[in-house]
Amino acid sequence: MARDEAGPSKANREKDMKIAVASGKGGTGKTTISVSLALASNKPVTFVDCDVEEPNAHIFLKPDISGSEEFYLTVPEVIEDRCNYCAKCRDLCQFNAITVFGHTIMAFPDMCHSCGGCFLVCDQKALKQGKRQIGKVEWGTSGHIKVFQAALRVGEAMASPLIKVVKKKAEEREIVIYDAPPGTSCPVINTVRDADYVLLVTEPTPFGLHDLKLAAAVMKELKLPFGVILNKAGIGFSKVNKWCEENDIPLHMEIEFDKDLASAYSRGIPIVEAVDGLKKQFADLLKELEK
Amino acid sequence: MKELLVLSGKGGTGKTSITGSFAVLCKNAMLVDCDVDASDLHLLLSPEVQERHDFISGVTAKVNPEACTGCGTCSTICHFEAISMTEDEIALVDPLACEGCAVCAHFCPDDAIVLHPNHCGFWYFSETDYGPMVHAELKPGEENSGKLVSLVKQKARELAEEMAIDIMLVDGPPGIGCPVIASVSGANLILVITEPTQSGLHDLERVLGLARHFKVEACVCINKWELNEEMAVRIEQFCKGQSVPVVGKVPFDKTVVESLVQGQPVVKYKDCNASKSIANIWSAVSKMLTQEEQK
Repeated sequence: MARDEAGPSKANREKDMKIAVASGKGGTGKTTISVSLALASNKPVTFVDCDVEEPNAHIFLKPDISGSEEFYLTVPEVIEDRCNYCAKCRDLCQFNAITVFGHTIMAFPDMCHSCGGCFLVCDQKALKQGKRQIGKVEWGTSGHIKVFQAALRVGEAMASPLIKVVKKKAEEREIVIYDAPPGTSCPVINTVRDADYVLLVTEPTPFGLHDLKLAAAVMKELKLPFGVILNKAGIGFSKVNKWCEENDIPLHMEIEFDKDLASAYSRGIPIVEAVDGLKKQFADLLKELEK
Repeated sequence: MKELLVLSGKGGTGKTSITGSFAVLCKNAMLVDCDVDASDLHLLLSPEVQERHDFISGVTAKVNPEACTGCGTCSTICHFEAISMTEDEIALVDPLACEGCAVCAHFCPDDAIVLHPNHCGFWYFSETDYGPMVHAELKPGEENSGKLVSLVKQKARELAEEMAIDIMLVDGPPGIGCPVIASVSGANLILVITEPTQSGLHDLERVLGLARHFKVEACVCINKWELNEEMAVRIEQFCKGQSVPVVGKVPFDKTVVESLVQGQPVVKYKDCNASKSIANIWSAVSKMLTQEEQK
């Protein structure tokens, strides 16, 4: 059922294939799976770490960083002696980033979403463009993989603008892999929305299943085709398998819980390099997805 | 009132399992689930919902095609690339990209753009066997998770005050962004649950940085610590260097997953190793909260 809803993204498929790896629940193995796919590909890969709050793929891919760029949002700064306190900017701002009371005006740049409305609405030219640092984007290479990643500045709330930036920076290649943040809200949407296919990684526990259902609901809403990878299989229960079957959602792969895998992960070693045969499984999965 | 916030940076380290256990050990705390976009605490605490409220936040622009003259002003000034012009020269809003800034509606010369309030989800007041609980549910794909977290915390505080409850246990979201920052506001102590992996350590550094940024005291628990004892030692050394106390280590214990499958907090299985460690961690953490009070 999910596959029939491929929708408008199919047209892109001739030039490249964008796969997003997402999950709902955190810690199910998104990074493990996305890194494994990248390493298993025999084509040039662009890997985009979209978990800008806690980017971890670099631990496994160890890219040689060749460039970086700080990213800023444009926020208002008040030129007080030009302001006539008309409060049009305050009234327009939906995010409480400017307040005017009597003959005082204050801007709160941390609240600003950078919509630009205040600059447009001010007749007095009393606002100038200041900037707020959001985070840093970096890029580099790791073998046949070009890696693009970003780190949100600690204390910065808005992850989505940085996700958009790192995705724009990323070079289009035959295979593009997005490693998504956990959850189901805006940062996830901004990561997956232009993907051709989404892999939802889960674990066989009530938490894993509950959050998988939420993530699946998001993918349906976005009309994105998706399938499931069950990680840490063998612990917990079998309800995830059953749920996928009942809902006609492809279960692409099950990875047994294994202390050797957990140990490789803990040391920053990609699992496809730690366990024989896994790389081929991921290469086969890529071929299956390309069809 | 004292607020303990459980965070992790990295997802899946055991925040909810440990918060659920604290709920049993603490007895009559105000229980709060701030992971509003993938909330799981209710799967352990089986709350009975007493009240359900709508969460309405922000607006989305919508074009009235009859009033639109196709001038393209909105599409040009939108900073979020949310408005495109169709072949029939009508503006079209992509609701997923719309930030709700209202700039398009304000500057539309034909008043053709209406702003619709977003119904983003629900928040609940519930009863559990271990105390009252405030939790929420963000609709799939909705925005404003930070605002919902703030609302959940505010309601929990009000109810706790009414009910004369003096401690709040808060299960936080993963990451360090908007919903996490909203949950840090008002916390007296942050317990960071980490795991002995390179990713765990990397994410711990960032979440401790966040605690420092907002000047909230933090302590650390290493979950499943013997999965990589060497990494566990590195994490302990790192914490020492940061003057952040490690309040305990929880062993890898199959009972944790089994209890989860049963929908029970693991400390209900008193004799398992994980339960014993969690009980010790709870006494260390509750002591820190009381000391905080004396400062």
